[in-house]
Amino acid sequence: MSGTGETPGTVAERPRPPEPEGPSRSHSVLREIASGNALAGVLAVVLAVAVGSLMIAVTDERVRETASYVFARPSDFLGATWDAIWGAYTALLRGSVYNDRVDDFATRIRPLTETLKFAGPLIAAGLGVGLAFRAGLFNIGGRGQMLLAGAAAGWVAANLGLPTALHLPLAVLAGMLAGALWAGIAGVLKARTGAHEVIVTIMLNYVGFYLVFFMLSRQGLLQAPGSGNPKSAPAQETAILPRILGERFNLHLGFVLALVAVAVVWWLLSRSTLGYRIRAVGENPSAARASGIDVGRTYVVVMLIAGALVGLAGANQVLGTVTSGVTVDLDAGIGFDAITVALLGRSRPLGILGAGLLFGAFKAGGFAMQASEGIPVDIVLVVQSLIVLFIAAPPLVRAIFRLPAKEAK
Amino acid sequence: MSTTGLSPAPVPTAGPTIDTVPVVSRKTPIIFGVLTLALVLILLLEGQSGETTFRLAARTDFATLPELTVPSMGGAWALAVACALLTAESVRRYAGRRRTAAWVLVAFAVAWMAGFLTWAAAGETVPVVGLLAGSIALAVPLVFGALGGVLGERAGVVNIAIDGQLLLGAFAAALVGSLTGSPWAGLVAAMVAGALVAVVLGLFAITYFVDQVIVGVVLNVLVIGLTSFLFSQVLAPNAASLNTPPRFPRIPIPVLGDIPLVGPVFFRQTAVVYLLYIAVALVSYALYRTRWGLRVRAVGEHPKAADTVGIKVNRTRYRTILLAGAIAGMGGAFYTLVSVPQFNREMTGGAGYIALAAVIFGKWDPIRATMAALLFGFASNLQGVLAVLGSPVPSQFMLMLPYVITIFAVAGLVGRSRPPAADGVPYQKE
Repeated sequence: MSGTGETPGTVAERPRPPEPEGPSRSHSVLREIASGNALAGVLAVVLAVAVGSLMIAVTDERVRETASYVFARPSDFLGATWDAIWGAYTALLRGSVYNDRVDDFATRIRPLTETLKFAGPLIAAGLGVGLAFRAGLFNIGGRGQMLLAGAAAGWVAANLGLPTALHLPLAVLAGMLAGALWAGIAGVLKARTGAHEVIVTIMLNYVGFYLVFFMLSRQGLLQAPGSGNPKSAPAQETAILPRILGERFNLHLGFVLALVAVAVVWWLLSRSTLGYRIRAVGENPSAARASGIDVGRTYVVVMLIAGALVGLAGANQVLGTVTSGVTVDLDAGIGFDAITVALLGRSRPLGILGAGLLFGAFKAGGFAMQASEGIPVDIVLVVQSLIVLFIAAPPLVRAIFRLPAKEAK
Repeated sequence: MSTTGLSPAPVPTAGPTIDTVPVVSRKTPIIFGVLTLALVLILLLEGQSGETTFRLAARTDFATLPELTVPSMGGAWALAVACALLTAESVRRYAGRRRTAAWVLVAFAVAWMAGFLTWAAAGETVPVVGLLAGSIALAVPLVFGALGGVLGERAGVVNIAIDGQLLLGAFAAALVGSLTGSPWAGLVAAMVAGALVAVVLGLFAITYFVDQVIVGVVLNVLVIGLTSFLFSQVLAPNAASLNTPPRFPRIPIPVLGDIPLVGPVFFRQTAVVYLLYIAVALVSYALYRTRWGLRVRAVGEHPKAADTVGIKVNRTRYRTILLAGAIAGMGGAFYTLVSVPQFNREMTGGAGYIALAAVIFGKWDPIRATMAALLFGFASNLQGVLAVLGSPVPSQFMLMLPYVITIFAVAGLVGRSRPPAADGVPYQKE
């Protein structure tokens, strides 16, 4: 195809990699992410934690005090630095895994259940982003999909009167459906017009935000009856995800649903025809088309499933974690965290499970760290984004640790 | 399958369009028609009563224009008729195979907007100068960001990290401005901060071939985390010494500033805004009229060809995104040195993503992107003004507008929007 084949009437196109030979650059990057070795992943985490430690030390007051006389008494400075970093990370562990400062065993392992609670939506949304990655699509629209899903699940949870056996599944399904439809817009536009899904999903995040905000501030739509706040009525008892370890722990059924989603996505990707198509399109869309796969349809289907998975995360938030009513903050940053989870998990279901657990621990521990050590929880954002940056650039990590380079491609 | 193939980049020169029969799109008359119909429907369905006043002058004006008061429904209907006439003119031109002239476009936009405002602000006073000046204020960071985005993408580097550049620029401007007491030092610091984000973007995207979209998204998160962390740890506890930057003073330009309506809107601004005018002019001139600009565009459209004739592709890309980062950083300085004299966590509120939208809606052209950014600034200020006036339009729909327009733009429904051919593709020498 030469340039003259493109008449001015054709539709908008975003990056259309111009190499006819071989798969495009972004696809090979995705493959690199999917196939990079585990060592690079571990080292990336180590590196990111090291940078995080540096930031904690530099901004610690006592470290700065002792730094003024570091040459007179270096031990003070080193001690203060050690205290700051040690304090931060032990607090992180106490908040996320095991708290040794309380007496009975149940309270000691409570942090672990908090980690699992936070991990649930991260895993579900991470699967949604990762599945799209496998088809060569970037789904940055997690936030919008979660908001729409949360709004739909929240509406069903607050307004329908049904027995639990019907109400709860219906609310979860409503959320998944709403997320699927919202993501499906991007899929259809990509398939029909070639509109780049990154731009469309980013824009849909904002459109979704204002749409849900509008519905939440209108009586008769989503706003709680008689209220003036942009918030919906709380979910009814019959639609709330039950706590699985009893009332003492916040861990709810959402985590189990996320585990089920991991299994389903694993089966879908590695055992089903659709999964084969998805992977083929992700590896090389031209080859996939040549072998008779409808690439456009695959894009739409992938985005629908991805949106449903992210929607599960949204339903999880509204029906399990914060059941007091839907607000525009319901996504709690999970929509964006899911991207980092999917990247760290290399878009594999089990990898995403592990990455989700790690980031869930960061989340649970980050709040504990802020409470006990006064270190802002934002440090977690820094460490997470650094992990992804390092993971995405294996040559950089290899250069830093002087590992042998992989054989040339 | 021109929409799906991995075709080589279409050559941007006007190859097959040399023929003399001009292709006139029928989109403009259709859009005019739909908008006019929408206005008429609004007027029919939701009648208002009372009068609408347009205040055309700021209080401090030298030569003041009188206030303009019209009966709301009568005025709105008159303007709707004007819109219908302009639509007819557009249709007539389309039938004669001629494009809709620019004056028709501008006249339609003004008439439609005035008609809408006359209806929406029934019984109230519309501060026209405040509405327009406020739009400029909201649009300044967007324009800076969009300029940076255009430059980077013209060189073939997709910059999703505009938001990070704005945010780090705002942070650096607040910090250095407070420390030195000079807004100019703050402005320079903001430019350095924006360029710093660009260096990281370049390191990963150009040197290590990491996907540019991933780097951009992650950089935004990184900057949010970094600035929020430093804000809580360092800036907030020492707010008096570290987070009280000086503001740029407003400098009215002698003669231009006294022009009614135009003067108070455009020429009674701060130095940053004047720098913006210069930056827009310089970037669009340099990009299309200088050797440097030709090289930048060559690198973004066809890096291999550029390399063949001896242009250092990656060096050109690095230099361009550094400049682009510095420009975007200036936009960040506007937040802390002009708008609000202190830094707050996540204070850009995703403006970088709107700037990105402006880049696409403006078809990767500096002037059009500036116009798009101004339009987005106007839309968000209009919703603020309408909220004060108590208009019947929910503000969320006004806020949604830039994003919806952008989705339509990338889907090819509002004119074609084609990125530089090698946009987002790292260059590897073979």
